[in-house]
Amino acid sequence: MSDLLQPVKNLFTTMKFMAKGGKWYYGWLAFLSLFILIGVVSYIKQLDQGMILTAMRDQVSWGFYISNFTFLVGVAAAAVLLVVPAYLYNFKPIKEIVLLGEILAITAIIMCLMFVISDLGRPERGWHILPIIGAMNFPSSLLAWDVLVLNGYLAINCTAVFYVLYRLSLGKEYKMSVLWPIIILSIPWAISIHTVTAFLYNGLSSRPFWNASILAPRFIASALCSGPALMLLIFQIVRRVSKMEISDVAIFKIAELIAYTMGLNLFLFAAEFFKEFYSGSVHLAPMQYLYFGLHGHSKLVIWMWLAFLFNLTAFFIFLRPKTRENFFSLNLACILIITGVYIEKGMGLIIPGFIPDVLGEIYEYGPSAIEKGVSLGIWAFGALFFTLFLKFALPVYTGDLRFKSSGSEKTE
Amino acid sequence: MSKKNCNNPSSKSVDRRSFLKGTAFGLASLAIPFGTSDASVWDAFFQKHFREMNDNEIKSVIKRMEKEYADEYKTDFKIKTTGPLPGVKFGYGLDLSRCIGCRRCAYACVKENNQSREPQIHWITVLQFEKGEKWVNVFEEADRYYNPQEVPEEGHFYMPVQCQQCENPPCVKVCPTQATWKERDGIVVVDYNWCIGCRYCMAACPYGARHFNWGKPQIDKKELNPDVHYLGNRPRYKGVVEKCTFCIQRTRENPGRYPACVEICPVGARKFGNLLDPESEIRYCIENKRVFRLKEDLNTSPKFYYFFSI
Repeated sequence: MSDLLQPVKNLFTTMKFMAKGGKWYYGWLAFLSLFILIGVVSYIKQLDQGMILTAMRDQVSWGFYISNFTFLVGVAAAAVLLVVPAYLYNFKPIKEIVLLGEILAITAIIMCLMFVISDLGRPERGWHILPIIGAMNFPSSLLAWDVLVLNGYLAINCTAVFYVLYRLSLGKEYKMSVLWPIIILSIPWAISIHTVTAFLYNGLSSRPFWNASILAPRFIASALCSGPALMLLIFQIVRRVSKMEISDVAIFKIAELIAYTMGLNLFLFAAEFFKEFYSGSVHLAPMQYLYFGLHGHSKLVIWMWLAFLFNLTAFFIFLRPKTRENFFSLNLACILIITGVYIEKGMGLIIPGFIPDVLGEIYEYGPSAIEKGVSLGIWAFGALFFTLFLKFALPVYTGDLRFKSSGSEKTE
Repeated sequence: MSKKNCNNPSSKSVDRRSFLKGTAFGLASLAIPFGTSDASVWDAFFQKHFREMNDNEIKSVIKRMEKEYADEYKTDFKIKTTGPLPGVKFGYGLDLSRCIGCRRCAYACVKENNQSREPQIHWITVLQFEKGEKWVNVFEEADRYYNPQEVPEEGHFYMPVQCQQCENPPCVKVCPTQATWKERDGIVVVDYNWCIGCRYCMAACPYGARHFNWGKPQIDKKELNPDVHYLGNRPRYKGVVEKCTFCIQRTRENPGRYPACVEICPVGARKFGNLLDPESEIRYCIENKRVFRLKEDLNTSPKFYYFFSI
């Protein structure tokens, strides 16, 4: 009998661990809960009255939700891709990178799914997209592909994290012979979620701004900047609040790698910028709208130049050993990159697909209060989910939290 | 599920229903008003894809829907499910040299097809160009909100745009749930009860032909057209995409009627007929006029031909 009750007991132990914390911890949870509440209220309003509460219209039919979704796919992919350099450069904290990266990937994918569901006009019919019980349009629709790869990626990362934490929580070492195949699978899969999401836009010949072959490479390059930058910040917080050890050397090496990926990102941007502006065909219009304004409409111009400035500054900070090995400038550059890529790959990618629209109209879009509320709620939920997950995973990892496979529980 | 099961629609539906009732209950409760004891809410939720239903299932769905519409609009609707006529592929012709930009087509369309009046949805967009401006494939200089005392305005010409009923419809290709498809007579239709409202089709359409019900569609009872088709002009729901169907409720009748826009056009600029019939007016236009189609470079192959008679 005690065997059957054990999981319940373990759950209680876990909950106790999650509930313990200082006043900063509780403050953080309360802060996030407030925004989650705002998100829930906003979403209920949207369900009740319809998407008319958003600023989206027929001319700009995707907006802030899909922008956030796109950015987060990048985060999900890049966190895991860090494993490659970690392995090649023989970093000490490779296991930490794998674990934290996968937990971040799980969080980001869940947020992606929440953003997509928020964007549906009929969320209760979401099951129509599933195979067998629905009528999934596979392989024709890239959105069907995206459902498959995103959920597959979620499953892979859940498996890996579950396996590691399960073994460790029982006080056993996990076997790399089991973990490696999962990691090896997750790396190309991470690239695939990003490529498929890029293809989702890329395949539409009706939207010249997206219908450029450079889209998928630019996607990957920018994701390889923002994802690792976010990881660098997380590493520093984690090593401060837990016993997990992450060496400075590893952090600086990742910063150096970001300099290269940002260099590539800027180069691809320059290639696109040159092609559009020099050839100056009618397909220039969306780019013109983004960077200089079109027929007096220029809502995104300031943001795009800001993003460019942020990315360029961060590139130089990470390029110079002196500045990337100083924690103040390092963290500043991380924040600049995350913001820069968020603008560039969020609104800066989605909105110009619709401006001007296919019949030449310019409808300037900016998210409504409801869209901001829902999005804020999802971001807060993601942060809460990640915090609680780490609150459980870190003690398991460092050996502070242990379960027994049978019999009574034991902590510390 | 075995292959054998797949071929038997009734056993498949049982499987699907019993499976779903368990798993989707929680999700459904988000959007379906609770406290209602009406089973039709659940029937609507578990309604199958239009093309997967057998005749009996379609009949019961139509019966339920007619009741729902009667309750909501206090009007008796007759919902047809007329299939495509054999040997028919519809095509459309628009004589740009005659169009005066009066927009009577756009309003006749709204009336015939029960589009929402608040918020407004129009399936036909009439573009106004200044003579000599860029046009054909570049619409940046077009004005769709022109509003003079009288049309046609001096120095301007007009080009109405609606669903081009492509032979290679990009909207159908991208739909993740197969909620939109091309029928045998070439009409691209939407199952408003299967569409999840992701709006991928709207991003894919090069002609701005697809429209979304951002709010709850509202139509004055007096203005309703109760003669409707399941795949066409029946009243739509909040959160789904809709589009022109060449007035499927009229054109599939035998003898057929012209689409409302063709019928109303005061200058006879609109032509409609069977592309497979060598004697049809549309075939005459294609064979004798210089026709062009919008955005030919995208290879969507529209069945909507623009031409000049003068």
